[in-house]
Amino acid sequence: MLMKQISVFLENKKGRLAEVTQVLADEKVNIRALSLADSRDFGVLRIIVDDPDRCLDVLKAKSFIAQTTEVVGIEIEDKPGGLDKVLDIIEANDINIEYMYATIDRRKDNAIVIFRVGDTKKTVDVLHKNGINLSSTENLAKN
Amino acid sequence: MIWNEKYETMKSADMKKHQSDKLVNLVNKVYDKVPFYREKMDTLGIKPSDIKSISDIVKLPFTSKDDMREVYPYGLLACDKKDIVEIHTSSGTTGKPVVDAYTSNDVEIWSEVMARTFAMGGANEDDVVQIAYGYGLFTGGLGAHYGAKKLGAMVIPISAGNSKRQLSIMRDFGTTILACTPSYSLYIAEIAAEEKIEIKGLKAGFFGAEPWSESMRKEIEEKLKIKAYDIYGLTEIIGPGVASECECQDMLHINEDHFYPEIINPETGKVLPDGEKGELVFTTLTKEGTPIIRYRTRDITYLDRSPCKCGRTTVRMHRLLGRTDDMLIIRGVNVFPSQIEEVLLKLENIEPHYQLLVSRKDKMDFIEVQIEMNEKLFSDEMKNLSQTEKMIEQELYKTLNIHTKVKLVEPKSIPRSEGKAKRIIDQRQI
Repeated sequence: MLMKQISVFLENKKGRLAEVTQVLADEKVNIRALSLADSRDFGVLRIIVDDPDRCLDVLKAKSFIAQTTEVVGIEIEDKPGGLDKVLDIIEANDINIEYMYATIDRRKDNAIVIFRVGDTKKTVDVLHKNGINLSSTENLAKN
Repeated sequence: MIWNEKYETMKSADMKKHQSDKLVNLVNKVYDKVPFYREKMDTLGIKPSDIKSISDIVKLPFTSKDDMREVYPYGLLACDKKDIVEIHTSSGTTGKPVVDAYTSNDVEIWSEVMARTFAMGGANEDDVVQIAYGYGLFTGGLGAHYGAKKLGAMVIPISAGNSKRQLSIMRDFGTTILACTPSYSLYIAEIAAEEKIEIKGLKAGFFGAEPWSESMRKEIEEKLKIKAYDIYGLTEIIGPGVASECECQDMLHINEDHFYPEIINPETGKVLPDGEKGELVFTTLTKEGTPIIRYRTRDITYLDRSPCKCGRTTVRMHRLLGRTDDMLIIRGVNVFPSQIEEVLLKLENIEPHYQLLVSRKDKMDFIEVQIEMNEKLFSDEMKNLSQTEKMIEQELYKTLNIHTKVKLVEPKSIPRSEGKAKRIIDQRQI
């Protein structure tokens, strides 16, 4: 199971992030997880929301440059060593992590770590084989 | 001191006679020797015998920079190739370079007009002239070099760059005259302040090759404690030495016995009366290697024939007031926005929504190219976005030969306009 992440291009200027969140608030789109990467001139906002398709539509309607990317959400036990176990598997299989960020799964007391990897399909296979649970957009949405 | 009393203080009627004689000779020669001019004149139905005096010059065809490029490299030669002793070219960033080929007589003329230039600013054989224009195909370095030598001054041919060395040479050899671009003179002043080196003994500077202003003159004069003179020239005509300011610093005296100026309406090509602003056009009356007839400089200025307090009678032109095209001069390199557009349109996924922001940082010109982000260019990964910026910067460098900073901006953030898009924001205070 993969997650749909929405990423949004933001120029590095005052108030831009708030304009995105305003659009999502008006359209009642709920942000479940978020990360913001930035350089001197611009940033990329990455979000997991309850309704990614509608989220993409409303952002585009407001002329934001946004796109959907498939990312892997992994359920990780909320205790020491939880993340390490998963990263060991990923590293052992020579999978490249482009970026990652984390949120909480309130239903299960788990952490959910969202990975953007070089080879998504291989990652899913490898994790399945190792008995690691994947999370989905729907799971997070119900949170 | 007036270097050449005879020509620089010549009475108007005598100057007209001189110019007429030279023009008649020139037209006969180029009609005979240069197919390019013969064809142009034939097309207009003009024969050399139609040109009897300088006032007939309006019958002759204009020459454009594109014309000159098309006949690269030797197409404008009006003498045997063996008589050429030196060549210079423009930077050629917009296509093929423009060639200026000099016979030994031409080099002599060049030395003469540059000697006049230095003398106009009060320089003489006692002076030590540090030439910090670039030496090479660029006309700045060698043009100033020949002039200072002719003047009998001591020449330091240091060329441009290495500012600390400029300062130590200046101190060790007792430089009194500095010749370089105006922005470079300010850069040298800044390095001196940083290194706590006191600049002593400099009395004047001869600055050209890029546009500057009265406020910049004031800054240079205060920081270097000198008189700063504006000099004008262009490769197409001879290089530096076409016109320059005298000690009155009140417009630039044109060496009109060699370079005949006209001001035209850039749209109609009609000659405008003195005092009216328009495009500056030059004819080289005396050059042998690559004489040019009615070259359209695209520089905007006006002419003034009122007498100057210095005693010279030569016609003066106002400091440049602009361009008829949108050419930018960035760190001495000519840049046209159309070149940038061409590069961008060749790249995949880039839309032609861009804007150029020109500024001056640490006395150096700087271009930021803002390009609107679009969905095809976008990526959720920062490294891809940075790579895109870098790739565009490299492509621009290949064409322009100058470094630019590319910045991806949000869609629709660059103002649209109904007519001609406003592509350039020039924030330079010059």
